[in-house]
Amino acid sequence: MYNTMGIILTGGKNNRLKELSMERSISAVPFGGKYRAIDFALSNLVNSGIRNVGVPTQYSFRSLMDHLGSGKEWDLDRKTDGLFIFPPYLSEYGTGWYRGTADSMYSNLTYLKRSNEEFVVINQGYAIYNMTYREMLEQHVDKDADITIATRLMDDFSKEDLSMLGIVETDTENRIIDFQEKPPNPKSNLASMGIYIIKRKLLISLLEDSAAHGYFDFVRDIIIRKLNELRIFSYEFKGYWRPLISIQLYYRTNMELLDPNIRYELFMKNGKIFTKVKDEPPAKYNEEAEVKNSIVADGCIIEGKVENSILFRGVKIKRGAIIRNSIIMQNSEVCENVILNNCILDKNVIISSGKQLNGDRNWPLIVGKNVRV
Amino acid sequence: MAKEIIALILAGGEGSRLGGLTRLIAKPAVLYGGKYRIIDFSLSNCINSGIDTVGVLTQYQPLQLNKHIGIGKPWDMDRMNGGVTILSPFTKHQKGEWYSGTADAVYQNIHYIDELNPKYVIILSGDHIYKMDYSKMLDFHKKNNADATISVINVPLEEASRYGIMNATDDGKIYQFEEKPAEPKSTLASMGVYIFSWCILKEFLIHDHHNEQSDHDFGKNVIPKLLADKRSIWAYPFKGYWRDVGTIQAYWESNMDLITRVPQFNLFDPNWKIYTPNPVKPAHYIGDTGHVTRSIIAEGCMIYGHVKNSVVFPGVTIEKGSYVEDSIIMSNSTIKSNCSIICTIVGEKTTIGTGVKTGLGEYAENTYNPKVYQTNITVIGSCSVVPHNAEIGRNVVLDNHLVPQDFTSLEIPSGGAVIKEGVARV
Repeated sequence: MYNTMGIILTGGKNNRLKELSMERSISAVPFGGKYRAIDFALSNLVNSGIRNVGVPTQYSFRSLMDHLGSGKEWDLDRKTDGLFIFPPYLSEYGTGWYRGTADSMYSNLTYLKRSNEEFVVINQGYAIYNMTYREMLEQHVDKDADITIATRLMDDFSKEDLSMLGIVETDTENRIIDFQEKPPNPKSNLASMGIYIIKRKLLISLLEDSAAHGYFDFVRDIIIRKLNELRIFSYEFKGYWRPLISIQLYYRTNMELLDPNIRYELFMKNGKIFTKVKDEPPAKYNEEAEVKNSIVADGCIIEGKVENSILFRGVKIKRGAIIRNSIIMQNSEVCENVILNNCILDKNVIISSGKQLNGDRNWPLIVGKNVRV
Repeated sequence: MAKEIIALILAGGEGSRLGGLTRLIAKPAVLYGGKYRIIDFSLSNCINSGIDTVGVLTQYQPLQLNKHIGIGKPWDMDRMNGGVTILSPFTKHQKGEWYSGTADAVYQNIHYIDELNPKYVIILSGDHIYKMDYSKMLDFHKKNNADATISVINVPLEEASRYGIMNATDDGKIYQFEEKPAEPKSTLASMGVYIFSWCILKEFLIHDHHNEQSDHDFGKNVIPKLLADKRSIWAYPFKGYWRDVGTIQAYWESNMDLITRVPQFNLFDPNWKIYTPNPVKPAHYIGDTGHVTRSIIAEGCMIYGHVKNSVVFPGVTIEKGSYVEDSIIMSNSTIKSNCSIICTIVGEKTTIGTGVKTGLGEYAENTYNPKVYQTNITVIGSCSVVPHNAEIGRNVVLDNHLVPQDFTSLEIPSGGAVIKEGVARV
């Protein structure tokens, strides 16, 4: 796939992830013990053989920039191509703020024009899945499609979850005949994964055209408006896919990692998932440690009881503490005799001795970054 | 820009007393502490001390070491100016020449050092476990206006006869050096860390090269010669954890030191990180049936059995019903179900079949190589497959690259060995 480039859309202001996305782009949300959400989109592109990746960033992108750096960890620190990060900027025409997904690409049209790949894979930085785009590209070429959209039958999603997605209807040839963005009453459960393959030159002309009409959103203003005009096809993906677009989905997706089959599919079956390394020593279990059905990252020191939980790098669990069904992010500390149930602790949180925090399975309790309880 | 100080790491040693652990790799490349290779400590000490130019002298089985070091990225040594350079033996004037000793290895790379033109050179051994700020030692060297400074550590008097002992005045000036003295006069043992003023060292290396009686060794020849010439040599006292993990017992003990509640040797210090190439693996998983105490577990492991007092490297699977105690399990190995692995070192990429028991019975002298294997620890090589239900005693050695057909019996009593003939061995 050397003739294909990648663009990762990182999402605008999103408060569906509450405190977790208040200070960071939704694509930079920590996930699964050592990752950030964008690692999956980026690793998938790299594992597909793509060596030219552009990342327009918008909302609170400091942590995202810090994470991506020069692209070293994804082997994207290349002399030609590699990783390009595009924060919004002020110019004669630009507002210093991307007005939508199409605008974020249109504002960086020079990059698209300078690249010389034939195809572009556009994907989203906030979905957890492991997929290479080869097969999808093959179908795109076979069908002589203008745009191919990856879709998935969301029979493992509730109706509320479905209405946060784009829902499509296809004909027998897999051509998309209807696309509804976030419908309150979804007509089917075939959802768009927000992954598009399109010829670079067509993308450029569509972006120019839509900007000229004052339109800024890729889905609403290009895909939906041009559904009849363009040959837009669906490519059905059958694997595991979870967009981290609500606290419930974030919590559920982390917890699903405790399932060996899902872990196998995400990390072992196909390509590896790369992330920024932190050089922590391996986790240390002391005498009193009692850990069951949990994921534990490097740099943790455990002296308490941990069940059905995810511990990120450098987490300390002191004696007598009991952690159940919780997600504890980097460098947080849970002191002696604390009891946590269904909690999400963001980074650098300290829970002082003896405290008890209980969340609900559907509404986990979130403790924001750097908070001391 | 010329560098004030550069480091040379002697990494060509075989480490023959580590037996099977160093059959296919050099001692500095041996895995340590759940994630690292031994040379990581010297390399990390260098970069943490502000030394960004390091030559690594290799000779014995260098492949793994070369792969590990690469262009020095993990240690931030992929530099435009300086960085890490692997210095392997090479041919010259139509003849090949191995490094015949530690001093000869440096002598043969004089051109490397001259090109960098440093004021000082620090010579390190790549096989020691310690954290040390070499910049403080350099300050000491400069303050004393020394020709050479040797880092020393206080050892118990009864062990002093195993080391090179420095006899020094109260303020640290060395007047005598004794290699493994029968009756030690002091307890200051050389750690094999030397700082030299380069112009002096160069002069002595050339002199030593032309001396046919010399073994071309720093401890044996160069230091005594400097002393004999009344050069200014100082002992820099080091306090802290330092281990030459030269034997299987010492290697095992040093790994086990890491699992104590507050280890004397702390790898968690954010101000003195130890760097190594990170495996691309997810965080590890402890299953419903897993139970881990007093152990360190690395990334990518899946633990469904019981693990106690052990060090487990990345990508290890320990299946249900298995029990691992007092053991070291190296990267990407699998312990199948219902095993009992006691006091055992398991090499990389090895599979232990279901129901295997190790560490059975009492100690017995090893029949294969009693000089190397003389502890309660059983050593299983890398890339081997141990057949189901094998019953293995203590002080047993199983070779690298074994297949089940290599086992003539499922019972290998204490002191036994299964050695494969004809496999890449040195």
